[in-house]
Amino acid sequence: MSIASKYKALSKFARTNIKTYGLVIIAFAIMFPLQSAGMLNNSISGQLVPICTYIVLAVSLNLTVGVLGELSLGHAGFMSVGAFSGVVAAAAFQDSVGSDPLRLLLAIIIGGIFAGIAGLLIGIPVLRLRGDYLAIVTLAFGEIIKNIINCLYVGLDSKGLHFSLKDTASLGMTNGRIVLNGPQGAVGISKIATFTAGFILILFTLFIVLNMIYSRTGRAITAIRDNRIAAESVGISITKYKLTAFITSAVLAGMAGALYAMNFSTVAPKKFDFNTSILILVFVVLGGMGNILGSIIATTVLYMLPELLREFADYRMLIYAIVLILVMLATNSTKAKQITENLKLKIKGIFIHKNNNNDGGEVTDNG
Amino acid sequence: MTFISNLINGISLGSIYAIIALGYTMVYGISKMLNFAHGDVIMVGAYVSYICTTSAGIPPILSVVIAMAVCTVLGILIEGLAYRPLRKASSLAVLITAIGVSYFLQNSALLIWGSNPKTFSSIVPFDSIALFDGKLIITAESIVTVAICIIIMIGLNLFTKNGKMGKAMRAVSEDKDAAQLMGINTNFTISMTFAIGSALAAVAGVLLCSAYPVLIPTTGSMPGIKAFTAAVFGGIGSIPGAMLGGILLGIIEIFGKSYISTALSDAIVFAVLIIVLLLKPTGLLGKKINEKV
Repeated sequence: MSIASKYKALSKFARTNIKTYGLVIIAFAIMFPLQSAGMLNNSISGQLVPICTYIVLAVSLNLTVGVLGELSLGHAGFMSVGAFSGVVAAAAFQDSVGSDPLRLLLAIIIGGIFAGIAGLLIGIPVLRLRGDYLAIVTLAFGEIIKNIINCLYVGLDSKGLHFSLKDTASLGMTNGRIVLNGPQGAVGISKIATFTAGFILILFTLFIVLNMIYSRTGRAITAIRDNRIAAESVGISITKYKLTAFITSAVLAGMAGALYAMNFSTVAPKKFDFNTSILILVFVVLGGMGNILGSIIATTVLYMLPELLREFADYRMLIYAIVLILVMLATNSTKAKQITENLKLKIKGIFIHKNNNNDGGEVTDNG
Repeated sequence: MTFISNLINGISLGSIYAIIALGYTMVYGISKMLNFAHGDVIMVGAYVSYICTTSAGIPPILSVVIAMAVCTVLGILIEGLAYRPLRKASSLAVLITAIGVSYFLQNSALLIWGSNPKTFSSIVPFDSIALFDGKLIITAESIVTVAICIIIMIGLNLFTKNGKMGKAMRAVSEDKDAAQLMGINTNFTISMTFAIGSALAAVAGVLLCSAYPVLIPTTGSMPGIKAFTAAVFGGIGSIPGAMLGGILLGIIEIFGKSYISTALSDAIVFAVLIIVLLLKPTGLLGKKINEKV
């Protein structure tokens, strides 16, 4: 058997795995040598870690929106929780853990845990609300997180961490340093995020999400999405599976948030606002609901698009908006669908015609 | 006295939210879509009124009428160009398109009017009223806002209950296909809903900027989100619900600001919203939807 036919004989899970992991690994194999050889210009190499984090965010949001089928407008909230708890953790371990990658790992894990707790808190209303009402609760949650972190002051001195919701003076420190400074956010972060760490986090996310989708849990989640009542009637626990999907998504978003924050020296809480949530949602919808590979490609292309449009200067966000509208119209309107269907038929027609002419040749090949 | 003055400020802010929320809720009721560009129509309305009064020297009242006209046309155009082709598409596709329209409006405003904040001068020509020896000051803006809100509320109620177009709107929001079979031009009806919602947005924009006189291209976003929250709070799709939700939201926001914490006022508003939705999952006046298998 040729490789192509062997590939076709594989299960859908295996094929998706090969395509998705393959693309990510190839992209890394190309970009990593270029980056370490310093052949990328500043604007692109500065985007590598953010792209990795947004890929993780889009894939994790796809689990909620695409697979579970619940609209979430507060994904940046989980990112924010992960980012700031990660920053505080990294600062706290500054002296005790010397190795940068290990400290990054600890920060990412702690970011994930805190985001997971937030996911559990917000997951409880998820069980009662549906549709647009749920969407508004996730939106509200994102705004609450942003608002609270905006008022949160954290300091670090020899005695440990100090928290306050008022100002830096009420932290009661004598000679410590400020880690979170209210509206200014995290200041003086040691930039320990690397492209390799981003790549590993993507692989980890894909491992978790793909294995979940193609498992008993994933089938239960899609069953709930397609028909909640029918799923319940065959004994699927709605509470358990919805919470599983929601918390997994939150943990991954938190991890991505921690990695994101470690890539900059300062991060303000207003970075993680409603617009960021929407940005991630746009990646998911344009990539295709429930399609993990699509999310990865859409994130990369759309994240780079404003960079590529840089020469249009002031007009670039306007062009971005127009592209977004046109893509949605082209992929979703009934008229555009008719046109693409007709085109497909015509193209097929050409190929069928050619195949008929080549019939003789193909027979000998098979023999 | 501070309590009463807070209450008045709350009702006044809430009236603005209510007028914006009406636009959200009417559009949602008729086409089941979240029109995220609605907040930016508010901003366009405020800019048009600002340009009319400052550069063209048009009297304030006339400038509001012009702003309403511009926003009406804008609403119809947005609906016709961006939303109508997606009538049968998934609601998420429409949502993303609405976000695209919102970006488009914000960035167009940025290009046309620049990012410098404009100081909007109030369109209300009266002075504030001082009661109880100046202990209680009621601004003219809040009186006008509340009055306009009440007029709009009564007008819309009469319009949807008795007017021919209002009845058509209710029919289309009930069942689009059946309405079409009864000879209602659904496309026209939906366009009209957008027109009314956008005209109200223009009024809200002018009132908002009269009370809080800073005008930038993102002026409309946060009030837009809050008004959307108000619409859901009251039960999305319901006109009295939008009014109730808007006014309650305004009162909660002002009370939260003055009695609990200025910095955390948004968090308080949204926390109250989450609690209310947990107790009443379809909002205060929303219809309970029975699910069928």
